Formats: sequence, C-alpha cells, structure tokens
Amino acid sequence: MQTNAEAVDTPLDSALSKTKDPQYRMVNRIMCLHNYQPDALIETLHAAQDSFGCITLETMRYISHMLHLPLSRVYAVATFYHYFTLKPPGKHRCVLCMGTACYIAGAESIEKAITEKHHISPGETTSDGEISLLTARCLGSCGLAPAAIFDDKVMGQLTPKNVLKQLQDWRDHVADT
Amino acid sequence: MTDHRLQNSVRQRHSLHPEDIVTLVIDGQQLTADPNDTLLTIAQAHNIHIPTLCFLEGISAYGGCRVCLVEVEGYGKLVPACLTHPAEGIIVRTQSPRVIEYRKKIVELLLSERNHICSVCVTNGHCELQQLASTLGITHIRYPGLFPSLAIDASNTRFIHDPNRCVLCSRCVRVCAEIEGAHTWDIIHRGIKSRVSADLNQPWKEAVTCTGCGKCVQACPTGALSEQGKAVGEMLKKRYTESTT
Amino acid sequence: MSLTLEELNDIAEKELSRQQQFSRQIRVCCAASCLSCQDADLTQQLQQTARQQAMGETEIKPVGCLGLCKEGPLVSVHPEGTLYSHVQINTSKAILLSESSLPRPSAIDPGQSLFFTRQNPIVLRNSGSINPERIEEYIAVGGYKALYQAIRNMHPGEILSQIQQSGLRGRGGAGYPTGLKWSAVAKTKSTQKYVICNADEGDPGAFMDRSVLESDPHSVLEGMAIAGYAVGAQAGYIYVRAEYPLAVQRLRTAIRQAEKFGLLGNNIFNSSFHFSLTIRLGAGAFVCGEETAIIASIEGLPGKPRPRPPYPATSGIKGCPTLINNVETFANISPILTRGSAWFAGIGTDKSKGTKVFALAGRVKRTGLIEVPMGTTLREIIFDIGGGISDNGTFKAAQTGGPSGGCIPKQHLDIPMDYESLASIGSIMGSGGLIVLDQSSCMVDVAKFFMEFCTSESCGKCVPCRVGTMQMYTILDKITRGQAQLSDLEQLEDLCDLVRSTSLCGLGQTAPNPVLSTLRFFRDEYISHIQDQHCPAGVCSLLTGK
Repeated sequence: MQTNAEAVDTPLDSALSKTKDPQYRMVNRIMCLHNYQPDALIETLHAAQDSFGCITLETMRYISHMLHLPLSRVYAVATFYHYFTLKPPGKHRCVLCMGTACYIAGAESIEKAITEKHHISPGETTSDGEISLLTARCLGSCGLAPAAIFDDKVMGQLTPKNVLKQLQDWRDHVADT
Repeated sequence: MTDHRLQNSVRQRHSLHPEDIVTLVIDGQQLTADPNDTLLTIAQAHNIHIPTLCFLEGISAYGGCRVCLVEVEGYGKLVPACLTHPAEGIIVRTQSPRVIEYRKKIVELLLSERNHICSVCVTNGHCELQQLASTLGITHIRYPGLFPSLAIDASNTRFIHDPNRCVLCSRCVRVCAEIEGAHTWDIIHRGIKSRVSADLNQPWKEAVTCTGCGKCVQACPTGALSEQGKAVGEMLKKRYTESTT
Repeated sequence: MSLTLEELNDIAEKELSRQQQFSRQIRVCCAASCLSCQDADLTQQLQQTARQQAMGETEIKPVGCLGLCKEGPLVSVHPEGTLYSHVQINTSKAILLSESSLPRPSAIDPGQSLFFTRQNPIVLRNSGSINPERIEEYIAVGGYKALYQAIRNMHPGEILSQIQQSGLRGRGGAGYPTGLKWSAVAKTKSTQKYVICNADEGDPGAFMDRSVLESDPHSVLEGMAIAGYAVGAQAGYIYVRAEYPLAVQRLRTAIRQAEKFGLLGNNIFNSSFHFSLTIRLGAGAFVCGEETAIIASIEGLPGKPRPRPPYPATSGIKGCPTLINNVETFANISPILTRGSAWFAGIGTDKSKGTKVFALAGRVKRTGLIEVPMGTTLREIIFDIGGGISDNGTFKAAQTGGPSGGCIPKQHLDIPMDYESLASIGSIMGSGGLIVLDQSSCMVDVAKFFMEFCTSESCGKCVPCRVGTMQMYTILDKITRGQAQLSDLEQLEDLCDLVRSTSLCGLGQTAPNPVLSTLRFFRDEYISHIQDQHCPAGVCSLLTGK
C-alpha cells in the first residue's frame, strides 16, 4: 500500500501519468509544438491557465520537469506576469478596465461599489466562489469607457448600478435558471 | 553566462594586439585597457575604487543596484561601470559630485525599502550595505521607511533566510544557478513586491533542488542569508574577493 | 507552393469580379469595440435578413475598425458611404430595406464630418473596408505587391535606402529612425537574425495596435516580411498581448492564410528568401514594451530589461541580431515601397514624416481611432476631429504618451503633434494614446494614477525604479489626502530627477514624466492640495480640513 503511494509520488511517475492525462492535452500539445524548448515556458503557462483556470503548484512541477527548467524559474515567471494567476478563479469573472480613459470616466467608483457590496477587492473571489473581481491595465476599448469584461463579454459605458446588477444576477443564478 | 566566464578566462591568457587596446581616462588617470573589460575591472586594476553592491566577481554582472554608476563625458546617461566597456578616448568620472549624490540617494532608497536595523543584525560590522552607507557618509535616511513585515525562513537546519534584510541584488540567485548549478533561488513577483524565494516559494527545508552548499549565504552582501546560531555581528562571509579588493 | 506575380494578380482579379457581382455593400464593424456593444451578431442577423428577402445583389461583410468607436456598433453602406451609428438588431433592418415604417439608426455622412475629412489614412488605409479574415480582399487592394517588388526587383540595400529616405521613425514612442535601425541589423553579420513586431500595447488608454491587428493584419505581416528580406532575417515573432483575444485570433488566421498562399514560408515568390512567423503571447507586463525585456519574454524569462549596449541590433534573441519595430511602423512599410519614399516624406513636418494614428479617448465628443499627418495641431485633433469636449465641459489638458508622457495644457493647444514639439513641452508622442481631460479631472490624481501604474509595472530589477517609484507614489498619495507639506514637493522633484537619471530602462527613466509635466503646468493644484487641503477639481475626496 505504502510503496504504491510512494511510486505515484515520484516526479517521473507523476509526469508520466500527466503526459496521457486528457486534461493536460493542451499543455502537452504546446510543449510538443515547441520541441520542449525552455523558451516555450510562457506559452505553456498560457495553455495551463486556459485548461485549469489557474496555474497550480502541481502543474508548475510538471512543466518544470518536462521543459528541464528550474522550479524557481517557473515560479518566478508565473508570478512576474500579472496575467497568470495561482489562485483558482470563481465561477464568474469580472475584469474591470483601469486604463486612463476608464479611470477618468469613473472606473474607480465602480470598483468601490463592488467592494462595498460584495466584499471583494481586485484579485479576490467571493466566499461562495461565485465571482472573481480582477482589474486590467487596458482593454483597448477606451472609446467605450468605462469598460469591463463579464466572463468573456466586453461591455462598455458602464455605471456602478448596471455592474452591480450583473454581479447580483450571477450570485442569484439568474442565467442558470 | 557560463560561456561568458569562460571567455573571460580565455581572454586573460591571450596577449592583446596593440590595435585592440583602447586608451581612456578615469578620474584624471590616463589608462590603457582591453576593450572587452568593463570600466569596473579596469578601475579596480588601477586602484580606483568604485562602490558596488550587486556585482560579485566570478558570476555574471547584473546592473541592478545602480551603485556603480559613473559619468562618461559625452554620454547622455550615467552608465553602470560593471557592464560598460570602454570606447577609445572616453573620459570617465567615478567621483563627480553628481554621481556621489545619486549613489547616496540610491543607498538611502535601499535602506528605506526593508527593515535594515544594524544593531540586531548578525552581519553588523561585516555588511556590505552598511559599509557602503558609511563610505558614502549616510547619517540619516531622507525617505520614509516602507518596511513590509516579511516572514523569516529558519526551516533549514544550517541557514536562515531573513527577507527583511534583503536588497534584491540577486547574488544568491546567480551564484546558485551559475556556480552551483542548482538554481534553487529566484526572484518572484515584481516591482516593490519582488522577493527571493526557493523552488516553488517553499520553506528552504523543503526545497528539493538545494544542495546545502551554502554559497548563497557567502555571496549575500547583507544579513539576509546567514548561518544558524550566529549572534549579532558574528556572521562573517567567506569570500576571496574581500582580501583582493 | 510559391506564387508568381500572375497568380497574385489572378487572385486580385477574381476577388474584384466577385465583389462586382454586388451592387451594394454593407460593412459591419467587427473590431473589438463595436463587437462589445452589439446586442447580437449583427453580421449574421443582416445576412439572414438579406437571405430572407432574397437580396442577392447586396454583400454583407464584417470589416475592421470604422473609427468612430464611441458611436458603435457601426455599419457603413456603399457605394453611397453612409455611416450608421448605434445599430442594433431592431434598427438594422432599416438599413437593408427602404420601408420607412421601420425604426432607423442615426446616419452620418462621412464626407461632411470633420472626423473623417481631416484624416489621412495610410496605416488605416484598409481599415473598415476589407474583411480582415480574408487574404483575397487584402490582395485585391494591392496587398503583397510591395513584398513581390521587394523580393524580386529590389536589392536589400535599395529597400534600406528607401526606408531611410522616407524619414519614417519608430511609432512605438521614442521615434528612432526606422531606416537606421534596419541598417544596423542588416550590417551585423550573422547566419540567424530575427524580426520582432512589438504588439504588446501596454499603455493604458491606447488601442491603435489592437485596431490595426484586428482590421488589417496582413499589412503588418507584409511589412514584417519586407523587413525580414531587407535585414536578412528568416524568422519573426509577433509579441501580442494576451488581453487582445480577437487580435490574436485574426493574426493566427492571417498567418495561416499567408502560409497557404506561399506568402510566408520557404521560397517566397520563387526566390531564395524564407520567412516564417510565430505568435508569442504577452502576459500582462507593460515593461515588455522595452526592447530587451521583450526579448527576455520571448525567450521564456521574466521580462526584465538588461542594460544597452549591446543593442538588440547586434545581440537580441539567443544573441542573434534582432530588429524590433512596432505594429504601426510595420504597417507603414508597404505603402512606402508602393508609392515611394518621396511621397511619404512629403507628408508631415520637417523631422517627423508621414502620419500618426491616435487613439482619441476621454472627455471628447467623438472618441475613436484617427490617423492624421504629423504636425496636425492638438486643437484640430480635439476640436475639429474630436468635436470638442463632451457634456459642455471645458478643456483642461490632453495626456499623450501614457505613463511615459505628459499632460499638455490649454496654452499649448496649438502645438503641432510631432516628436520634437511634444518633447519640448515635456511630453512624448508615445504610441498614440491621446486622452482628453476636462475640468472634472484633478491633475495630482492623474499623476498619482500613472505613478501607481509605474509602481506596479516596475520589474523590480533596479533600485531607483523599484523603490523610487514607490516613494513617489507615497508622496503623491499624501498630497491627495491633504497630509503633505511643501517640503514633500521638493522631495518629489528630487526623486523625479533621481529616478529619471539612474534607472536602468526606459520605463524607469520616463516614469517621472507625468509628475514633472503636471508640476510644470499645474503646480497651483499641487499647492492648493498642500496648503489649503483643497482639491480644485473636487476629485480627492479624502482631503480633510477646509
């Protein structure tokens, strides 16, 4: 029993099991496409985040093993770039644009309203795991300021009121029913 | 990086062609030098002292601390001596009032970043940051302290990592990656949140790649990496560079 | 497969005759901004309606950015050229059918609107007129002819001198002469060289590169291939922000199509020239706009810059000579070769040639994407093209160059927009973000916003940028809270000088610019915050006291 558990835990076995794991299909594909070269690290992390929603320690261990990169390097890259997140995201994602145009059009007041109502600051997820609040440097939709991404849809000319309504709908599962 | 060092040592063994030699002036001294050398090594060879912090002989140059900035006549910007190669006829000033003033402010910025309290530090009296501050005549810090409270990692049975004393010079990272080949350390996050961490941001004890060689501890200019069981002022770093420079 | 000129012309002709079957063309803007405000897929809806009504003579196609982003979703109808704004599903039918009973969207005549008549599209020449996802349409408007000319009829040296004579300067911000940059890479001897297109548009408030990539991706690919031939590179990277999924998708499509037609790959136009392109996704680091940081990032490292020299022209990716240019710069290449450097040099000012694309945003009536000749005054851009300040506000300042730039106050409204003039008043051209501020913006707050940006985007490698920007932010924060003293202002200016003079890369060296320029033109606002604990714009609500 114990030997079995240990066998699964060795990095080699753990890596072997992931090369066949369908969940790791995209990650493996990207690494293969780049010939397992170390410069594929960022592309691979993108694939991992697309597949799992975040980058876990286990994934980092696997990528480090496959690309022959030091663990500390993988962790350094995953934390240097703000697009990557190590925390599991909530069910829904609200990304507020904090670009200049959105800022002067009142993006901060939207952020404040969300924080007040749902008790989450940027980078956090509500305790029920429904909503993650994130901020972006600029969505490039400055003509529609203030803008935000709700799940995968960009919406513009927002007010605290309609943003709060959208978030409340998520929490009340309006779309699910 | 390893190639770079190799090239350096190969180069030293070759004698230079006369046309490969450049002449330059550093602080009024007329000098000849190999254009592949840096201003810092040239100055050191002629007993001209340029202060450094992130530079460590034997590992790649980093250019991050900005303490070795010097003025070159005709260059618009100040340049780091540790990474700048001489061009023919340049006039370098390592001690101009402007440069000294900037160095002072940079070291003060470092002192304001983390919690550098010498009186309780194991390297008190042997710390490069402390020496730098005293050479530059810093008596007080003009910037308010930012002092984040960072957790000390004493999990390793032989060493302690106290990020509150870290200056992010990355000497530990480079010595571990380039000399020991383990690459246990790296700088994670970015900007003001940058921190040195082992493997996947784990306690040192759990870092599987660490060989326990202790080179990082010896390379660290401050008390951020030290040996266990040292009292205030007892941590002396063993480095050959200390006797040669 | 490799194309010949005849085959290229053939594709163009076929496409043109296909288009001539239609007497009417309806172009639906499908750039990210308009897509985000469509209440459903407009193109599909219109196509469905057209099918139901058996309107075979009308072509309905998705196109790139139509420019007037604020009025989206936009639809333009040709040949008459009418532009419909705020088109939604219920109003879209009226565009197709002439029944007057249907609710109609509001229409604009581009021939009468200063927003359009003042512009001179070179980079945006195809934006809003071709379908960005069909290479045939790009070829039909003369696309890839310049690449053929370059490869088959020109020596690399000729291209270099053409680019140099055109006076084109880098559109990424610093304005370094493109010809010189290319020559430097061409001169360096190496078996392997690279071309990088910097599409990591990180400036908050800028969306020129996004629009170009979404509207006319092939113009960038063609420019890169020409650059590759001119400098002797066989491989290129497009480093594009992951936050622009639509641009990434259109780029992928464009590369796939170009490869299929033999316009990328081996033996392009039956020559010995090979050129392949790879997309690399950025991951949210503004510092990766810096040349050496972008190289580090493409190599899979944290995007930390290293000191220059050595410049990427001699040592870039994997130590090989590397040419790095911005999206807009590459989009300018093919027109320069087609129409000649003299034509290009005839546009713009003495030292700044050609046009510049600006992303006009903020408190202005007509926000959107514009392209004007260099030297157009700020007043013309804001009041003629932009239609003035929105909501009857008064103009206070225009912010150019993002976090590396500055604010231009009222007294400099007549400044010509070119590299030198902007630098002379403490701002920079930057990549083209132009944010208009009115009386409701507090300049100290704006400076604080940019400093917060620089603090969080600093890579942390060098001390002045890592700690200095944080210290500056602390002081600015104190000022906006009314807790600062006049001595803090001195300290702030001192830090600006320190960070500017001693930082390693461009991010740190330019980080103080927003503070310096607001201090220069709006010092009284700083003083009022400090001495009277009063925010003239009423933005800083945390002020205590009076």
